[in-house]
Amino acid sequence: MEKRVRFKSAWLPWLLIAPQMAIVLVFFFWPAAQALYQSVLQEDAFGTSREFVGLANFERLFSDPGYLASFRITALFSALVAVIGISVALVLAVMANRVVRGATVYKTLLIWPYAVAPVVAGVLWLMMFASPWGVVSYALQAMGFQWNHLLNPNHAMALIVIAAVWKQISYNFLFFLAGLQSIPNAVIEAATIDGASPWRRFWTIVFPLLSPTTFFLLVMNVIYAFFDTFAIVDAATHGGPGKDTAILVYKVYYDGFKALDMGGSAAQSVVLMAIVIVLTVFQFRFVEKKVQY
Amino acid sequence: MSIRRFALAATAVAAFTALPAHAQTEIQWWHSMGGALGEWVNDLAKEFNASQSAYKVTPTFKGSYNESMTAAIAAFRAGNAPHILQVFEVGTATMMASKGAIKPVGEVMKQAGVPFDPGAYVPAVAGYYTAPNGQMLSFPFNSSTPVFHYNKDAFKAAGLDPEKPPTTWPEVASAAAKLKAAGHKCPFTTSWISWTQLESFSAWHNVLFSSQNNGFGGLGTRLQFNTPLHVRHIENLGNMAKQGLFVYKGRGNAADATFVSGECAMMTGSSALYGNVTRNGKFAYGIGTLPYYPDVPGAPQNTVIGGASLWVMAGKKPDEYKGIGQFFAYLSQPEVAAKSHQRTGYLPVTKAAFELTDKSGFYKKNPGTDVSVTQMIRKTTDKSRGVRLGNFVQIRTIIDEEMEGVWGGKKGAKEALDAAVQRGNEQLERFQKANRG
Repeated sequence: MEKRVRFKSAWLPWLLIAPQMAIVLVFFFWPAAQALYQSVLQEDAFGTSREFVGLANFERLFSDPGYLASFRITALFSALVAVIGISVALVLAVMANRVVRGATVYKTLLIWPYAVAPVVAGVLWLMMFASPWGVVSYALQAMGFQWNHLLNPNHAMALIVIAAVWKQISYNFLFFLAGLQSIPNAVIEAATIDGASPWRRFWTIVFPLLSPTTFFLLVMNVIYAFFDTFAIVDAATHGGPGKDTAILVYKVYYDGFKALDMGGSAAQSVVLMAIVIVLTVFQFRFVEKKVQY
Repeated sequence: MSIRRFALAATAVAAFTALPAHAQTEIQWWHSMGGALGEWVNDLAKEFNASQSAYKVTPTFKGSYNESMTAAIAAFRAGNAPHILQVFEVGTATMMASKGAIKPVGEVMKQAGVPFDPGAYVPAVAGYYTAPNGQMLSFPFNSSTPVFHYNKDAFKAAGLDPEKPPTTWPEVASAAAKLKAAGHKCPFTTSWISWTQLESFSAWHNVLFSSQNNGFGGLGTRLQFNTPLHVRHIENLGNMAKQGLFVYKGRGNAADATFVSGECAMMTGSSALYGNVTRNGKFAYGIGTLPYYPDVPGAPQNTVIGGASLWVMAGKKPDEYKGIGQFFAYLSQPEVAAKSHQRTGYLPVTKAAFELTDKSGFYKKNPGTDVSVTQMIRKTTDKSRGVRLGNFVQIRTIIDEEMEGVWGGKKGAKEALDAAVQRGNEQLERFQKANRG
């Protein structure tokens, strides 16, 4: 099927996308170019002296074992955030879709967390897990479980994953709910008449029809985990214990905004940018083929 | 627009247009003092503004020390930095190295024509902010030093003498054991691991934290806090952590809240916690000196400073510098400085402020408030003047990271200290390279 729209004049399509391109240039390409430029400089905090250092900032990064370990931590963190966030949101969306009475209330409550700033989400969950007086850690202790995210890396990772997932669930939920509501009822009714169980109906009809949504959310969640979660880590664990929750973007934020190492921070954001470009290209070239639209 | 809203807008417009009529020179002061300390800063500005009519100091809370410094740097790059910026001691080397961005306080005072005698300031404090050539670079404002805080009620309940805080580390361990036996879940904790357990620990035992007199001698300084004495202390704390005598409460000053709430019975932390504890703590509160190892010759020596100082930014009008000079002179007045010291628990800025407080009988009425002063005013040696390092923020985080391995029982003290020294030295080398010119 021919999807392409044909324009009669050559300049009209350019004119139509010009406003969007202007925004992309100013808010994406310009900062990206600045990051590239800064990553080859070394300057003092106030920018009164700057010196071209070539690739020294990158060399320093890749000779730091802590930075290399951070890749593994980031991969684990974003996989957990994406998988848990998408699965939980899907379950919630399916349930909310079936509710008849009070549906608006449920939906509103589920959308709330999205309005919370990441740093607030971090503090919120930190409070609940703070031993010994946090609600959750108190309950865990009553069950004989010693919670200590300050010194136990697994607990610390669980804490930031929970906070990050909680904040992103609303977003996933909204897309899944919209996806569910666009599935024609007739298809499901036909399957019901044929005697398919609810479980079977979901896996053979509903979920395949949701696959474009799921794929889109997978990309968005990975990008969220990569770029938007530094405030959660900063508020909840400071990257600790040791460096066990220091994901890549947290180090960018810490080196740039707290330690005032502009060159090093810029070099890290360039690395991060490269990773996301590769990931996105990979996903759209290979994964998208398996997704039906 | 409703009538009420219109009226509100009208008053707002009137208020804004009425201000410039006085032609006062405004001085922007960015700081990081929240809560009770924020009220103190506002009161200082209010009283100075009331004392004269030519200048108006406007304090603005800009978040944590890190945040206000980042905000000021961004503002400087955009060409509208504040006049005065409060910078924590960890940022001192960064500010000193940024020559084009700051104006030395000694110069400001000279230009303002304000009588200024660097010798009037408490030497251990002013020395930290003075360049090798003797010029005072920033104005000592809120310097603190680590002291030993303890909960007298908890001591009483555990059968310990509430009037006799432990003074040595072995005594701390045995007091902690008694507190634990009495049912205390958190006998001892500490804020600012690097500052209290390594930097001050070194000065207190008169050993170096880093070479070149802890960075005062020049940029070529290298860390050396992995001596047998340091290893012994961290090992000791690690063992206490294993037995539940020392409970780690997180980085920075996270442990402060656990002491104020009564959860932890003993803590090493900033002397500036005094105001917070007396205001919010619901227990009898005592202050002791920082513990030491009695078998180390020369211990105890003196502790090092923390807290912050006021830096003057470059590129302002002469009239504004005059106002800044006047303001600093006001803050240095014995009565003003003494009142600040008594209110906050920060060290007195000048010797006269200390003497005035002493004469007024404040220390006798509030036992323990003199601990920080006596710890600091002892004679300093080249090894104990303080620690002034480049990339200090990163170095302290490295120390936090490595020490968490020890408290969690994953790393030995020697291994962790060696790693911290090695990783920290990479930061120092980089700072040296960047600031050679």
